[in-house]
Amino acid sequence: MDVFFRDPFGWVSRTWNDLLTGLGLSSELATLLLQLVGAVVLTGIVLTLSGVFLTWLDRKLSARIQDRLGPNRVGPYGLLQSVADAIKLVTKEDITPDGADKVVYNLAPLLAIMSVAGLWAVIPFAPQLIGTDLNVGLLYLISIGSIGTLSIIMAGWASNNKYALLGAFRTVAQLVSYEVPMVLALIIPTMLAGSMGMGDIVARQRDVWFVVLAPLAALIFFISSLAEVGRTPFDLMEAESEIVAGFNIEYSGMKFGMFYVAEFLHAFTISALTATIFLGGWQGPGAAAFPLLGLVYFLIKTAFVYFLLTLIRFTLPRIRIDQMNDLNWKFLTPLALAAVILTAVADKAALEAGWSRTGALLAANGAIALVTVLLLGRHARSLRRRLEARVARATGS
Amino acid sequence: MPAMTVVQIIFVVTAIITFLAAIMVVASPNLIHSALWLVLTLGGVAVVFLLLEAAFLAVVQVAIYIGAIAILVIFAVMLTRQVSTGLASQVNRTWWLAAPAAVILFAGLILLFSQVAGFQGLAEPLVKEPGTLVVDLGRALVDAQGYVLPFEVASVLLLAAMIGAIVIALPPAPVVEEKST
Repeated sequence: MDVFFRDPFGWVSRTWNDLLTGLGLSSELATLLLQLVGAVVLTGIVLTLSGVFLTWLDRKLSARIQDRLGPNRVGPYGLLQSVADAIKLVTKEDITPDGADKVVYNLAPLLAIMSVAGLWAVIPFAPQLIGTDLNVGLLYLISIGSIGTLSIIMAGWASNNKYALLGAFRTVAQLVSYEVPMVLALIIPTMLAGSMGMGDIVARQRDVWFVVLAPLAALIFFISSLAEVGRTPFDLMEAESEIVAGFNIEYSGMKFGMFYVAEFLHAFTISALTATIFLGGWQGPGAAAFPLLGLVYFLIKTAFVYFLLTLIRFTLPRIRIDQMNDLNWKFLTPLALAAVILTAVADKAALEAGWSRTGALLAANGAIALVTVLLLGRHARSLRRRLEARVARATGS
Repeated sequence: MPAMTVVQIIFVVTAIITFLAAIMVVASPNLIHSALWLVLTLGGVAVVFLLLEAAFLAVVQVAIYIGAIAILVIFAVMLTRQVSTGLASQVNRTWWLAAPAAVILFAGLILLFSQVAGFQGLAEPLVKEPGTLVVDLGRALVDAQGYVLPFEVASVLLLAAMIGAIVIALPPAPVVEEKST
């Protein structure tokens, strides 16, 4: 039993491997089978969790914020409401609109799910519990994320619907441009960890979380990944009040359900990524000795970030498309560039890895934040002066 | 013939898919479909990189070619009228000139590659330890003895292209602010 607590995932994989080779399979085939089963179980758990529990959590939280009760009829606390919804979605008619490009239309929701589920391959849940510790983990995240963009374009184009196409256009404008600050922000943890592998990044946060060493990078990553998910305040691509439902307007039944689940799963995934890259992942007291404890820490941190995400979603209004572009190109991207340069300099300037490094990095971040706030204040004042001049002219005084 | 390993089976399947997708890129009458087939082709190449343990190249292939270039291609096609309806002819009058040129180019490439050591038999693995390839690549890109100059020149070229694109996209006349309102 002690082995189980010290190394539960290694124990499970060894046991199954022994079982399969005992049945007469070659060890290579057994490993392949185990990897396949592991992938299916992992995505299955994550998908079910996000589909059932997260939608419930989301609706409950939104209800609380909007002074309602939320789902409370099906099951205890309405927990089974999502199951009922899923059953309803399955029984709905599966429509492919006339003039739609059938293959592309039906492929798009699959790709949407795939692109999100693929991200979980490199997320370390606990010590040793990681799909595959690629040494280019962060780049992998970005490249798989771009397949999600592709799926939305495919959905928008294949639907043969103008609103859907408008949604796809907005998506390209938003997702492709917000990738820039996101990638720049990801350079900073890469520099701090000296590696792009997710396992290494978590391991290097044993003493200090990267959110302390690089608060600006964490903020930029959080904002730009919010935009990548396309949630409020960045939900321009499916803005109900402007373009009906955007790229997924023609989708019905389970195909719509797949887009819906993909969105929830994506939001949960970026929470997990923020927790992994900036909040120390599974690191916590006693996690190295007892991997299951690490899993608990990881889930708590992820839940915290997801909670923040949901709060933002239900408190901020949707931004306009020009504001969306301004925020990205005039604010986030220059800020991320400055943060990358100053972090590199401060990291080199700090001689040893102890407190001097933390201090130097914090000072660099503080300096950038101060300059940013001053510049923003000047910009706001000049905007206000211009507006006042306009008002004065209009009133004829 | 010895039994194929898992990696070999994956390679053969990927190669067939990539090859067929590449043919469909030029054979498909619909430009958007061509672009999507191109995505599949590029994805297949990424899988081949992965099988060669060049994870970095595979990931970069997906990020740049699928994530940026293919999406830009699709976007550009969607903005053009009539082209994506499949009514446009796929060949023009000089196709009979282009066909032998393509065949000669392909034959030349095959001839060139057949000179490379290991084309006929099993090649020696380039790196013994996984992961060192990326480190070498990274060092070479910033090393004065390596490729730092071409790297920087390429960056400046891209920067110039970006500034050029911004200049082209600028409105023709300078907008005088807050005059008319």
